[in-house]
Amino acid sequence: MGIDRTTEEAAPRENRNRYASPEELRYARVLQIGARVGLAMLIAIFALYVSGAIPPLVPLASLPQYWSLSAREFVAATHHPTGWAWLGRIGLADIAILAPIAFLAGVSVLCALAVLPRFLRRGDAIHAAILVLQIVVLVLAASNVLGTR
Amino acid sequence: MNRRRPGLRSVALLIVTIVACASAPALAASGAADAAPWWIWPLALFFVCFVLGIVAVPAGVGGGVLFVPVVGGFFPFHLDFVRGGGLLVALASAMAASPELLRLGLANLRLALPLSLLVAASQIAGALIGLTLPAPLAETALGTLILGIVALMWSARKSEFPDVAAADPLSLALGINGLYYDTARRRDVEWKVHRTPAALLVFVVIGLIAGMFGLGAGWANVPTLNLLMGVPLKVAAGTSSLVLSTTSSAVWVYINQGAILPIVAAPSIVGMMLGARIGARLLHVVKAVAIRRLVITMLVVAGARALLKGLGLWE
Repeated sequence: MGIDRTTEEAAPRENRNRYASPEELRYARVLQIGARVGLAMLIAIFALYVSGAIPPLVPLASLPQYWSLSAREFVAATHHPTGWAWLGRIGLADIAILAPIAFLAGVSVLCALAVLPRFLRRGDAIHAAILVLQIVVLVLAASNVLGTR
Repeated sequence: MNRRRPGLRSVALLIVTIVACASAPALAASGAADAAPWWIWPLALFFVCFVLGIVAVPAGVGGGVLFVPVVGGFFPFHLDFVRGGGLLVALASAMAASPELLRLGLANLRLALPLSLLVAASQIAGALIGLTLPAPLAETALGTLILGIVALMWSARKSEFPDVAAADPLSLALGINGLYYDTARRRDVEWKVHRTPAALLVFVVIGLIAGMFGLGAGWANVPTLNLLMGVPLKVAAGTSSLVLSTTSSAVWVYINQGAILPIVAAPSIVGMMLGARIGARLLHVVKAVAIRRLVITMLVVAGARALLKGLGLWE
């Protein structure tokens, strides 16, 4: 993010469209909005979590007993949901914070979906296919079909 | 640009801050952890990540490569949660930086897309393998890898404008080329790439390692893009950021396996991003070489700590 300011002066503003394609500009816009929304949600929910405004699954004072356990042991000891089961317990603060994290992890899919029609309209089958494959890979990773234990 | 002494003062200040921030966790990790209230840790994590964010930008490395060994070595959290936090730190930082880089032509979508696809796929395998490794083995491998990265940072050349005689057929088919405005030369620079097939294979390995250790991958992306493919250094750094911002597959694996601990992830992301803002401003003040040496020293200490911890020689 620091690079923004450094490079802000790099190119004359009026010439910016020379350096980025319409797809890149659209991709950048969706990515920027997604990052800002995700981070704002993360900070807001984390504030609610540490302030105690919303009860968590694992009380904050008890966390030190669990955070040195492996993820597998942590899940077993706290009954922390795995896969998408967290959606069912989203009323708990430490589970709710997974929502902005999942959103941030999903922004790249939104970006790909935003530019895919442009590549298709242009007849750029190679990049359209790469984008579709990328969406498939990310959805596969998100679906948890590969990693349930 | 026109300053000389402030660089030394800033480096000294940074060293003092780092020692101050790192000493509390280190002391507590050695025995006093049980007595400390829970809130000490996220607070210490925020400050340490803030400092890491400051030094990461001028040193030209991503936050993830510093985060995992430093936090893994000196905080009481299990390496699984540290790796999950590291992936999120790298993802969030890259997402914040990439939009402007894209607009300026310093990150290229056509170059990033095929690389992102391969990295995303191999990251899944890396994350699944990483989460099944026993902690001592993971720490030993992490320590060895970090010391290897130090050797790479120490020895790797950089080429501002690599000479690419002819674009390879695959890069021509993928339309990988670009144009950006170079401040030093005060003119537009056109670029093209070569050795694309070899680079694609390297990116598969990079994704595997990044997913396994939660390191982000700027330390490997930039030299591969710059030295192997012949991408100009600034575009290599910008496109590396774009690749990181688009490859969230390992994060999904960590979420699904319950390996994201909010008390680790949230303060780390916020601290690192605030620090990176300061770091970007320091770019004009501090000597990048001095910061780079400082970061290499931090990585040597953290890498040695992970290695010795993994081998059971430094608990």
